[in-house]
Amino acid sequence: MTALGFEWTVALRFLREGRMQTALIIGGAGIGVAVIFFITAVLTGVQSDLIRRVTGAQPHIIIKPPEETVAPLVTGDSDQPRLAAIQARPQRLTTIDGWPALARSAEATPGVLAVAPVASGAALGIKGDASRAIVLVGTELDRYLRVVRLDDKIKSGVLHLEPGDVLVGIELAKDLGAVLGDRFRIQSAQGGSDVFRIRALLDLGSKDLNRRYVYIDLRAAQSLLGIPGKITNLDVSVRELMSADIVAGRLRVQSGQLIESWIQNNNFIFTAISNQNIMTLLIKVFITIVVALGIASVLVVSVVQKRKEIGILRAVGATRRQMQSVFLLQGLVVGVCGALLGSGLGFLLIIIFSRVLRNAEGQALFSLDFDYSLVGIVVASAAVLGLLSAVLPARNAARLDPAQAIRG
Amino acid sequence: MASVGTSLIRLAGLRKTYNEGLPNAEEVLHGVDLEMQPGEFTALIGPSGSGKSTLLNALGLLETATGGSYRLGGQDVTKFSDNERTLARHDQLGFIFQFHHLLPAFSALENVMLPALMRPQGITEKIMRERAGGLLDAVGLQDAHHKKPQELSGGMQQRVAIARALVLAPQLVLADEPTGNLDTQTSDSIFALLRQFNRERGTALLIVTHDQRLAAQCDRIIELVDGRIASDHPNAVAGAGA
Repeated sequence: MTALGFEWTVALRFLREGRMQTALIIGGAGIGVAVIFFITAVLTGVQSDLIRRVTGAQPHIIIKPPEETVAPLVTGDSDQPRLAAIQARPQRLTTIDGWPALARSAEATPGVLAVAPVASGAALGIKGDASRAIVLVGTELDRYLRVVRLDDKIKSGVLHLEPGDVLVGIELAKDLGAVLGDRFRIQSAQGGSDVFRIRALLDLGSKDLNRRYVYIDLRAAQSLLGIPGKITNLDVSVRELMSADIVAGRLRVQSGQLIESWIQNNNFIFTAISNQNIMTLLIKVFITIVVALGIASVLVVSVVQKRKEIGILRAVGATRRQMQSVFLLQGLVVGVCGALLGSGLGFLLIIIFSRVLRNAEGQALFSLDFDYSLVGIVVASAAVLGLLSAVLPARNAARLDPAQAIRG
Repeated sequence: MASVGTSLIRLAGLRKTYNEGLPNAEEVLHGVDLEMQPGEFTALIGPSGSGKSTLLNALGLLETATGGSYRLGGQDVTKFSDNERTLARHDQLGFIFQFHHLLPAFSALENVMLPALMRPQGITEKIMRERAGGLLDAVGLQDAHHKKPQELSGGMQQRVAIARALVLAPQLVLADEPTGNLDTQTSDSIFALLRQFNRERGTALLIVTHDQRLAAQCDRIIELVDGRIASDHPNAVAGAGA
């Protein structure tokens, strides 16, 4: 007997006495926790892989000027002759008026992480006989890096954009027959043209993006596109990827500009991920309930088995509260031990399956360096769960009439 | 409280009805008056179903009476809450049951220490251990401190239970057929032990027993019949002898 005090001493001794029961329920709780652990890790891995692939080099939200529309000439009465068809207007390169103020107000919007001005348009990349259609993205690199993480997409070279520098995708470089340090000509649809030197090769996540995207300095892009001092869009990153739509809504109300979020542009993925999350949440909730019921039922049985002992303890002076604590503590211990065991098991599963499950490129589907605070959260919630599961059995123990319990 | 005098126990018209208010209600104690002084060594006898155990449980604050009053150590405990009764059991009473009732998960020494561990009241674990060990030595279990109950014989288990009942030096020990399932020789030694503690420490004992031979060795014999005290007289033989 140690200096743990009466409640802890008896609780631990009861658990040790019911060795088999204790082992089984800790094992059960452990398996539950391991499954929760494992599906969380796998799903986080799979989803972030998917999102990375889809969003790639795209900003979470793009602020564009409103589309130019053709207003019908005649409206109203049905008597009046009407135009049979309205032809949509070809969209010119439009710019955002007063963008610095708009960028500031966007930056101040809740949920927004960073905003970068972009002058973007269609262009041709020309080197020798080769010419390729490209998407020109002119920006201030320092600000842009906070919107799109180009720094982890570098294959070779350095992230640096002076006027005259260009960052290109690896496929485009291949198509143009260019290597790091080579120069090639960029000619915009508006007629501007200049020669740029490749400072870095990027892997933007898919061949299509790697073939088309080209990053240059904002001023250089403005002069190529013939819109000096102006920008075509503001690119925005949000703190919470899955809430991009909500942030987009706020921006829409504020700015009066056209707002596109990555969710809108990739709705099917967002829906798929949301459904997946709901399903796994359901699975987790049910596992939690099953574990809680398991702990509760073992403790209920234990109270019945230990009727006589509880009676003796009560007779020789243990209070109701003390008996209640004895069983609450057993729930707590079972919960925490189950969580620790489950975390270990879950880890093992993750290590094993990370060798088996691979994505299309043969990389592990989920990384092993996931959030270790998950263990802390799981153990803390398991402790609470164990305590809650023990409430009913503990009350039974506390209510036991000692005279009756001793009698038989 | 002091005005009540030095009586250890004073029952006045104590009644106990089981299933009160229900069709199967049954009154087991029909108004018991009883007084016990500190240090008394008393036998409670009577046929089965006479209410001996119920009276003992009521005295031990394990059951509440449905009528009458009960003063323990000068204090009116009739209307005590469950918590107050528990604390009074812990501080003032000791229990010895027929089937010894030790906790199988704890060693003999730990079983004796448990009451002290529940409310240490400033006593260190070392002192608890010494006190419990001393009592086990006194009941003749020098070599069994660390044995589990199931490793001990019935008589030895009952000795552990006696040590546990005495560990907090109660004024009164209530014993419900403490020798009920022991052979004659073991019964005698257990009984002698209780007598010894009564003499040495002045602990009052109320012993429920079927055994006329043992009852005859007590200082006072109370006979309960059908929930009433049928006879209550000092036993001069025992007082003078032994």
